[in-house]
Amino acid sequence: MKIINSDTHFDFMGKIKMTMAISGLVILIGLGSVALSGGLKYGIDFAGGTLIQLQFKTPPDIEVIRDGLKTISLGESTIQEFGSKRDILIRIQRSEEKLEAVGSKVRNSLGGKFNKEDITIERVEMVGPKVGRDLREKALLSILYAIIGIVIYISWRFELQYAVAAIIALVHDVLVTLGAFSILDKEFTLVIIAAFLAIIGYSLNDTIVVFDRIRENLRRRGKNTLVQTINASINQTLSRTLLTSGTTLMVVAALFFFGGEIIHDFSFALLVGILVGTYSSVFIASAFLVYWDSRH
Amino acid sequence: MYRDLKWKIPLILAVVLGSVLLAYPLKEKISLGLDLQGGMHLLLEVKVEKAVEASLERLADDIKRDIFDDDLELDRIKAIYEDRRVNVRMVDKLDLPPVKKILDDYPFFSLVSEDSDGLGLVYQLSADHVEQIEQNAVSQGLETIRNRVDQFGVSEPTIQVQGERRILVQLPGIKDPERAINLIGKTARLEFKLLDEEHSLEQALSGNVPEDSEILYQRVVDKETGAVTKEPFLIRKRTVLTGETLTGAEVRFDSDFNEPYVSLTFNSVGAMIFQQVTRENIKKRLAIVLDGNVYSAPVIQDEIAGGRAQVTGGFTSAEARDLAIVLRAGALPAPVVILENRTVGPSLGKDSIDKGFTSIIYGSLLVVVFIIFYYRWSGVIAVTALFLNIVLLAGALAYFGAALTLPGIAGIILTVGMAIDANVLIFERIREEVRIGKTVRAAIDAGFSKAFRTIVDANTTTFIAAVVLFQFGTGPIKGFAITLCIGIAASMFTAVFVSRTIFDATMSQRKLDKLSI
Repeated sequence: MKIINSDTHFDFMGKIKMTMAISGLVILIGLGSVALSGGLKYGIDFAGGTLIQLQFKTPPDIEVIRDGLKTISLGESTIQEFGSKRDILIRIQRSEEKLEAVGSKVRNSLGGKFNKEDITIERVEMVGPKVGRDLREKALLSILYAIIGIVIYISWRFELQYAVAAIIALVHDVLVTLGAFSILDKEFTLVIIAAFLAIIGYSLNDTIVVFDRIRENLRRRGKNTLVQTINASINQTLSRTLLTSGTTLMVVAALFFFGGEIIHDFSFALLVGILVGTYSSVFIASAFLVYWDSRH
Repeated sequence: MYRDLKWKIPLILAVVLGSVLLAYPLKEKISLGLDLQGGMHLLLEVKVEKAVEASLERLADDIKRDIFDDDLELDRIKAIYEDRRVNVRMVDKLDLPPVKKILDDYPFFSLVSEDSDGLGLVYQLSADHVEQIEQNAVSQGLETIRNRVDQFGVSEPTIQVQGERRILVQLPGIKDPERAINLIGKTARLEFKLLDEEHSLEQALSGNVPEDSEILYQRVVDKETGAVTKEPFLIRKRTVLTGETLTGAEVRFDSDFNEPYVSLTFNSVGAMIFQQVTRENIKKRLAIVLDGNVYSAPVIQDEIAGGRAQVTGGFTSAEARDLAIVLRAGALPAPVVILENRTVGPSLGKDSIDKGFTSIIYGSLLVVVFIIFYYRWSGVIAVTALFLNIVLLAGALAYFGAALTLPGIAGIILTVGMAIDANVLIFERIREEVRIGKTVRAAIDAGFSKAFRTIVDANTTTFIAAVVLFQFGTGPIKGFAITLCIGIAASMFTAVFVSRTIFDATMSQRKLDKLSI
């Protein structure tokens, strides 16, 4: 069975002006959204704070919960449904260093309005500001070190311009995903950083398959121009690119729909990242090789 | 070349069998992370500076006693926390040389300056000694917490020092996390102090606190309404006896009201001091102070010999039991604060496992159906390789003792997607080779060898990202990195080596003119 004809001759490199413009626009919108919302929206992992997940026997009224919480001065807090109407997530900006049990404190504050037995404390996460700072630093460093390691490897296996092209493509992917997160008002947490690193890995995986073919074809290109060779390489690997993206998307989509609320944003990041990663291998990374060639 | 099959097939069977043995039965062999089985992750910071301050106070007290013993007239001695110094001031200049002599016995104190009026000396604790106190505070704190957790009864707890002054406590499957926090984090500094009955409490409350005394409070809970009130006491700062001399602490029940209390037993030194204090202070009140809170302040009726005392305070029996545990395990040398707390209830953990596995099954089914539909017989080979990949992954997880976390399950899912990629690369290449007219055998050879380099390059980059993630990540993230690393390694073996072997084995049986791909 075949999804696409084995003998395609799409002129990918002929479209790069348009795709560059689209990518540029998408990234600009994303960064604009980040700027407008005053920077990235950090989850408690990076900003510090407390998060309490409660499960009620019957769907509660969020306003009633809000009134209940007012009796214990917790500072600024947000209350939202988490996956189902019975599951409630409460976020508190402050983190409590003291050994006070914040979970039961919250539950007790709701005691007058609900039957305490009907409320289960499912999860309590508290991250102090010091740890938040540490984690933020670690997350940035990890992305930086991953990029450095990958540049070294690709420069060794290929040539420098391939490494630069691959990095530009993955920065593109991360920026687009970042923008999507900012526009949809999703939070950055440790788990999302893991998703970003997975995206980096995946995006590269994809880029390298294309590059590998370009390198192979360049050795015997004869009279063909670089653009023709790149176009041919992308066409030859096209069915693989679509197949792999397809199967990976299938499993990530399964995770997105069935994996539950906790992992929802993580799988969302992967979903966006895989789509963008496939696109960028062709339209960003390969296009950069053409650009580099025209400058040297 | 089919002769290779003689060792390839047994090797594959051995690896698979080994993995199955390592991972079977799954429930016992693969440990679950705290996010899946429920439990508590606590990162504590030891306030080591408090231990240094306490040490400084103790040393100042010792020096004071030495000066009194030598019949010298002390003006005052004061500990200066910020500089780790003590300032000793005498009434008479002539007393300074003998004081210096006394301080010679404290080798970790060095003279830094003399007061300009010639009546005082300033000594500083050496940096080495301060560091030693700090290290002790952390290592003793760790021991104490371990003792408490052991007595609380948690299976397979992790308690370790992280960095210089942090302690990581992980308690899997814990039912009552909030009680555990109280138990672990309570400093449990038990002190016996006499009440200051010479000065008026009212005056002290209005701001006129005598120099050697302080106001401490007793929390009184009204059993009917649950309302908490605080009752003030004027108490002498000097501690007559501490919990360090305890040998035992047990819960007992009051025979009249059946109320729980904690019965204390002192060692011989403690018993002696207790006897002396009670003898000298009959009809006075002795306060029992725990972490700065007064628990009770009974009037001493008579000299108490035998080294026994009791702490009452309107406890519930759980509170009394926990108090007995912390007193038996000893006080923390310095208080701790919580830097990070992640607690997951058991039902949420179970929910996550169910959802994680549901997505693995649905995701894999989709891929399996699609790949077989797309590649036919070769697709079956790819799916076999994929299945073995998951078996190897389970075996490796069991072997490394790596805990499976929710992001770890996501890692498995991502591995499923990416393991198929290697086969897709190979099969697409074989199709190309067939298209340019190669024989089945030559096409398979060329397909595998040409795709191999691509697979190595592509997987290595992902591997680098995963290794970095492992180095920097904590807890659940580490789980993701581990499954991704193992998954990549396993997929290199299964997708390249195993599926090649299956191709070869099929072809050694019968000659194929046409490949089902």
